[in-house]
Amino acid sequence: MYTFHELKKAAKHSEAGNGMRIAVLGNCATQFFSLAIKGYAALENIPVEIFDADYNQIDAQLIDTSSEVYEFKPECIILYIATEKIYEEFLDLPLSQRSAFADDMIAKIENYWNMIAANAHSRIIQPNFTEIEDKALGQYSCKVDSTFTYQIRKLNFLLQEKASQRSDVYPVDLLALQIRLGEHFFFDGSLYYNAKMTVSMDALPYVAGAVVDVIKAMSGRIKKCIICDLDNTLWGGIIGDDGMGGIEIGELGRGHAFTDLQRYLKQLKECGIILAVCSKNNEDTAKEPFEKHEEMVLRLSDISVFVANWDDKASNIKLIQETLNIGMDSIVFLDDNPFERNLIRQMIPEIEVPELPEDPALYLEYLQEMNYFETASFTGVSSDRTSQYQAEFERKQAQKSFESIDDYLKSLEMKGSARPFEEVRFARIAQLTQRSNQFNLRTVRYTEDEIAKIASDDDHLTLYYTLEDKFGDHGLVSVVIMKKESDTTLFVDTWLMSCRVLKRGMEEFIVNKIFETARKNGFEKITAEYIPTAKNAMVKDIYRSFGFTETSENKYEIRISDYKPQEVFIKDVSDESDT
Amino acid sequence: MTREDILEQVTQIIRDEFEDDELEVSEETTAADVEDWDSLAHISLIHEVERNFDIKFTMGEIQDFRNVGEMIDSIEVHLGQA
Repeated sequence: MYTFHELKKAAKHSEAGNGMRIAVLGNCATQFFSLAIKGYAALENIPVEIFDADYNQIDAQLIDTSSEVYEFKPECIILYIATEKIYEEFLDLPLSQRSAFADDMIAKIENYWNMIAANAHSRIIQPNFTEIEDKALGQYSCKVDSTFTYQIRKLNFLLQEKASQRSDVYPVDLLALQIRLGEHFFFDGSLYYNAKMTVSMDALPYVAGAVVDVIKAMSGRIKKCIICDLDNTLWGGIIGDDGMGGIEIGELGRGHAFTDLQRYLKQLKECGIILAVCSKNNEDTAKEPFEKHEEMVLRLSDISVFVANWDDKASNIKLIQETLNIGMDSIVFLDDNPFERNLIRQMIPEIEVPELPEDPALYLEYLQEMNYFETASFTGVSSDRTSQYQAEFERKQAQKSFESIDDYLKSLEMKGSARPFEEVRFARIAQLTQRSNQFNLRTVRYTEDEIAKIASDDDHLTLYYTLEDKFGDHGLVSVVIMKKESDTTLFVDTWLMSCRVLKRGMEEFIVNKIFETARKNGFEKITAEYIPTAKNAMVKDIYRSFGFTETSENKYEIRISDYKPQEVFIKDVSDESDT
Repeated sequence: MTREDILEQVTQIIRDEFEDDELEVSEETTAADVEDWDSLAHISLIHEVERNFDIKFTMGEIQDFRNVGEMIDSIEVHLGQA
């Protein structure tokens, strides 16, 4: 972990401007808290611009609609409500009112959230509450609702309950950090009473790290896949030498640690993380435990891409990455062997390679602590794409047997649809705007609430696209948002597409539908823009390829009457009922 | 550790804190002598001194330092040298 000293230096020397605009509001002194976040973000190459409001200004800043915080036009507001301060407020209450403390506090916090939603187009980063060992009634405090112990725990529960009902609130689990680091490490009494700062200088880098993890996820920097080695990583021993009966897995002895790791990986898969295997083994030998070993938690059906051979791991990882069509920097590679780890780090610097502890008993807690899988959305819907990736592998195999690409595309029996945004799809659409990096023309990120507003706004035309073929259903694969510039002109605000469906005519299908929709609504011209990022070079020339004229750098336009619909092998099922 | 050794280390920490390698520091130096040495910088500086000597000042000490010499007095107390 960085030291506060390093964060301070980094913050001082970081360049101002052009980053995510973040306002920090707290009920305590937040100068070092803000400084640490700024420094941490700089060291992680996340540009941020931070506005730190004065001490204890939450109410004043949020109530006044022309306050400094709103004038700053933050994309994100961090609302840091420190337990130490509300503990004092709690003790100042008459005993009779203390039982209602958590309810009153959560009402106050929801009111803050509502004011932010009304006055700023801003997301809210909301740390939860650390604990104070109050012990007014000793251990007995746990069952008396007028104690702080009881109320602060209730408050944390209410906070997560209320946050779960809103898409604009992003939690930071400060309590988990306090538990990990310990109360004495986290809080420094002399710092608090001298400077009203509630997080010790030693704990600040950890807190900043947690906040920056959330910011990273908000800007689409998330992990999507974990590639696992097998021998001594997913089970103890070497399957090729020890055989099915010899590897350690199950509830007994060392095997228990590997079983728990597998349980955790299975959960990641259920949360939408792709599992892949990369092992130096014969394929049959490597697959056998997944098929036949009774105590394996993970099964072949959990693994999206299974690569076991004797080629070098770097090539195999590249193969997996290409099959999945995701960025190398969204992959975590898990291997017990330090030699392999270093090799992969050198060959593929973008990939994340955890420095697993030597003892397998510590693998799981290490992975949990590193928090690789921060996310900014969760729908539950797209949680299992394994079969889609397995189908993609079949498609790739099938492709080899056709003479021409057109023959192959015809054989896929594709069906596509384009429909205006519907409420049941809002979450998935927002998620795609937040996660798509490569095929994304302007990389505008939207929250679910914003998508809902756009869907019902007369100045916008929206389309979401689905695609299926004989191998399986790809689900919602593309999103288009168009904004009326005038009575005759439409501007393509957002066009993104899942890279899984590249190069099979979906791009053409999408653009045909854009023009069809525009024409039906009486428009004559379409304007568009490409905003370059580090990741979206693949779509740099896409508008030109569809006949648009570049009017100035990366800005395009075309008259609708000049567009020639493209040939596609996708049957249009937009008018059929959605299943 | 002699008082001179402590002063030398404290001088280095102060120079690093204010990013000025030329800064002259003596036992008589006060916050007013150094540009940017405000209350916030003071807290950060105290933290670096504590880390460097592996000590922890009390709340009262931090408020009472009138110059570098008094800080060194406290460091000596905590190091068990006074």
